[in-house]
Amino acid sequence: MFGLTIEQIAFIFRGAGWTIVLSLLGFVGGTIFGLPVALARASHNRGLNLVSGLFVQLVQGIPLPVIMFVVYFGISIGGYDVPALVAAGIAMTLYSSAYLGEIWRGCIQAVPKTQWEAGECLALTNFQRFVYVILPQALRIAVPPTVGFLVQIVKNTSYAVVIGFFDLTYSAKVINNSTFMPFTVFTIAALIYFAICFPMSVMARRFERRLNRS
Amino acid sequence: MSYEFDFSFLNEYLPELWHGIWLTIGMTFVSIVPGFALGTGCAIGRLYGPPWVQRIVTIYVEGIRNTPLIIQVFWLFFGLAVLQVRVGPFPAAVIALVINVGAYTAEIMRAGFMSIPKGQLEAAACLALKPSQSLWSVQLPQAVERVYPALVSQFVLMMLATSIMSQISAEELTGVAYMIQSFTFRGFEVYLVIAVIYFVMACLLRLTLLGVAQVSFPRKRRLGTPL
Repeated sequence: MFGLTIEQIAFIFRGAGWTIVLSLLGFVGGTIFGLPVALARASHNRGLNLVSGLFVQLVQGIPLPVIMFVVYFGISIGGYDVPALVAAGIAMTLYSSAYLGEIWRGCIQAVPKTQWEAGECLALTNFQRFVYVILPQALRIAVPPTVGFLVQIVKNTSYAVVIGFFDLTYSAKVINNSTFMPFTVFTIAALIYFAICFPMSVMARRFERRLNRS
Repeated sequence: MSYEFDFSFLNEYLPELWHGIWLTIGMTFVSIVPGFALGTGCAIGRLYGPPWVQRIVTIYVEGIRNTPLIIQVFWLFFGLAVLQVRVGPFPAAVIALVINVGAYTAEIMRAGFMSIPKGQLEAAACLALKPSQSLWSVQLPQAVERVYPALVSQFVLMMLATSIMSQISAEELTGVAYMIQSFTFRGFEVYLVIAVIYFVMACLLRLTLLGVAQVSFPRKRRLGTPL
């Protein structure tokens, strides 16, 4: 097929499987740690604000490959020998929690102020007000940008190739090194990435239009 | 944990580090202007061009935005090698960056053009400006000013993305870091230092581009208000 053997194509697809695994890890980790970041960024506590703001600025100012290297070597000086998947997963978690935290902060703050005031008038505690009034509305606003960011996560898992993680980019590189048919190999890889990312981009746009209409 | 930090490589490899920093900065600045021009052209083509231009631009923008930069770089660099076109890693990296950032800029600029109030276009028509004059003197300045913060963020992201160009042996900052760590086995310290350098560079680039905005948007400089 396209001058490649079935085994070689299968090899590339095996890499695609690991790309999806790493993307899921990054998204789940990013959600678990991103939510506290968003809450801290949106809170009125100055200390929390400062710390979370610094974290977001740092992660957004450092290239993801460098974060991957720092995590990778950081784990190894601790004396642990872990697979590249763990290092890449931690790096993706750091990365996506900073971006998701910033996205969700915007969503929380986009809920009109009158909603907070109405909650206060109903004598809700801070916690009740947040969980029953603000969060459901913020979630609705958060869907389109979150799906859009998923595309970024999938694309950026390709940087894990720098620490030798076996993903779609890595497997494509290996096949290219052995066959030297870059156009074929990397077009296949690009098409697989596109097949994963494009539906999500379209979905994000559709969600956004629906949100704007209502 | 009995690990002793050792930053002594800093002295020894300072020239290499500087070289890497300059290459990263060079790559970024060389790519910004053509990338912006390409993106703006594509945005105009997608908004006002004939249907076939619109279709091509849409395919280009969606194709680039939904695939990773590193695959685009490999495709271009190794592909050119197969075609017997000899380009060095630096030009290949710049071409890839321009193509990549052009697609993102196209989307940003399209949003900018679409956000211009209709009254501005009508006013331009009333002044008997040709469509090209209206585009150049009325729409373009306003569109750029409106989306400038988004453009700045995009160019900072592009600067950070240059860090993978060492994969095609362009010895920018991350490539230098890899070289140093393979000589000194101080991977963690080396990349910590590199991370700090990138962070500082990202802040400086942002400040520089915002400074450019202060100089180049006279209306903003005089009134100090957003559009």
